[in-house]
Amino acid sequence: MTFPRIAGRPVARSQLADAVFELLVAALGLGVLGLAVAIGLNLAGEAGPALGQFGPAFFARSIWDPVREEFGALPFIYGTLATSFLALLIGSPVALATAIFLAELAPGWLKGPISYLVELLAAIPSVVYGLWGLFVLAPVLRTTVQPALGNWLGFLPLFQGPFYGVGIFTGGVILAIMVIPSIAAVSRDVIRAVPNDQREAMLALGATRWETIRYAVLPAARSGIIGLGVLGLGRALGETMAVTMVIGNRPEIPASLFAPGYTMAAVIANEFAEATSDLHLSALFGVGFGLFLLTLLVNILARLLVWRVAWGPVGGE
Amino acid sequence: MAGPSLQTPVRPASLRVEGLSAWYGRRQALRNINLEIVPGQITAVIGPSGCGKSTLVRCLNRLHEVVPGARVEGRVLLNGEDIYAPGVDPVVVRRRVGMVFQRPNPFPTMSVFENVAIGPRLNGLARGAELEELVVRSLKLAALWDEVKDKLHLPGTALSGGQQQRLCIARALAVNPEVLLLDEPTTALDPISTLKIEDLLRQLKTEYTIVIVTHNMQQAARVSDFTAFMLAGDDLVGELVEFGPTRQLFTNPRDPRTEAYITGRFG
Repeated sequence: MTFPRIAGRPVARSQLADAVFELLVAALGLGVLGLAVAIGLNLAGEAGPALGQFGPAFFARSIWDPVREEFGALPFIYGTLATSFLALLIGSPVALATAIFLAELAPGWLKGPISYLVELLAAIPSVVYGLWGLFVLAPVLRTTVQPALGNWLGFLPLFQGPFYGVGIFTGGVILAIMVIPSIAAVSRDVIRAVPNDQREAMLALGATRWETIRYAVLPAARSGIIGLGVLGLGRALGETMAVTMVIGNRPEIPASLFAPGYTMAAVIANEFAEATSDLHLSALFGVGFGLFLLTLLVNILARLLVWRVAWGPVGGE
Repeated sequence: MAGPSLQTPVRPASLRVEGLSAWYGRRQALRNINLEIVPGQITAVIGPSGCGKSTLVRCLNRLHEVVPGARVEGRVLLNGEDIYAPGVDPVVVRRRVGMVFQRPNPFPTMSVFENVAIGPRLNGLARGAELEELVVRSLKLAALWDEVKDKLHLPGTALSGGQQQRLCIARALAVNPEVLLLDEPTTALDPISTLKIEDLLRQLKTEYTIVIVTHNMQQAARVSDFTAFMLAGDDLVGELVEFGPTRQLFTNPRDPRTEAYITGRFG
């Protein structure tokens, strides 16, 4: 029996190899999806007792008292969201400026060393950031930045009250420092990927260097950079160790950013070992389930945002 | 004589290249180019790949120097003023010497209207109703208005390739330059679009001094009044071999290398 041959190989054999390969890849790909679903279901299952006892209000109650077995996740949700948004608010302009400098402005001999140092920042373990944050950053913030903010913006409740050092504000700042390297490094690559003919077209119209960046480079890199910002948000939401060390770990929703708070990841890390009652453990799983849903939600929103920016209507008049 | 007078447009403008050499880092790309571009005429720059013809036009609007490590020696006189004189702002030069590139490169995040409006807006040439008028006039000049008047809000990249290139011409014209440089503007286009752009250039030449780089000799013969033939020597540095009226250069070249090239013996 003869097979038609292409490049000396029987077709039937290569078809078999293709089929096996496809099956294998599909199985592994679906396996990852299955793992994500399984983890979600698991979390929900373990959280069952707590959710059953308190209902959906579990995520809206702001009491957390293991002794009296009263649990609600709202302070942690607030702490997680507040520190993460603060991180993005402080971190993304710095990261974007770094990326623009590295991609467009820095002289050649400076690009390499700075890029390397930025990437090095991303490699520092979280716990080291936490240690540094607690003993160096927090005292500095308490004695300089927080009083200054209190002076200028003290009319807002967010910036009132005593300056603790450890608290939501410091958590946000340490997170900002942690997300800057990754956002900056990848934004730099996104900016570099903008075709050179876009820059030259703008320069040829008599645009300055800044105008070229502002009107030709950044708009072309926009969707990528926004996507990165949200990825940074995702990282900030789940970051545990460093924030746990500097946020103060008090399960309350303070009016002031300077006051101590708590995050979802931090409460799980701190309490899982000492959760003696089943309900307490289940409540921790409930917090974990909430964090799972929150990151999922943020990622979906990010995807929608990137789509809208990438394909949305352009500004004309 | 650089300075305030660089602001005053003279139409059509003269452009004179004197002893121009250019480098990319250590590699020399052009050697001692001398060329008198005739006002209100179309000058074609032809030559085989790598002969430095693109580099030459990029020296005429000081775009060459934005490449890291690139530098230029010599003078380029725009209406008698050296655009490389100390104190001359390249931004001002580029406003006066517009450029269209090989691949149509409209700004993808901007609408058709915005693509044309961005230049005048940046340069503070016009605003409001005046700006709208300027955009319409530029699109008409580029022979594109009838095709896009209902598509002004679409992204510039939604147009066909030929339309995109005419949009780029409209964009360059909107800042009201005196010289228009075109670097192989029809290479990426089909024959019909190519002819449209050639027709357009003939109409524009009374107002604008035009320099067009082309690797297509038929195009040079069809569209230009003067032709410069460039060639890279054994050391790969581009030189000007011959410059003259297009008809003369194509029918009765003075240099045997020109003759060899236009008769298709190499290139």
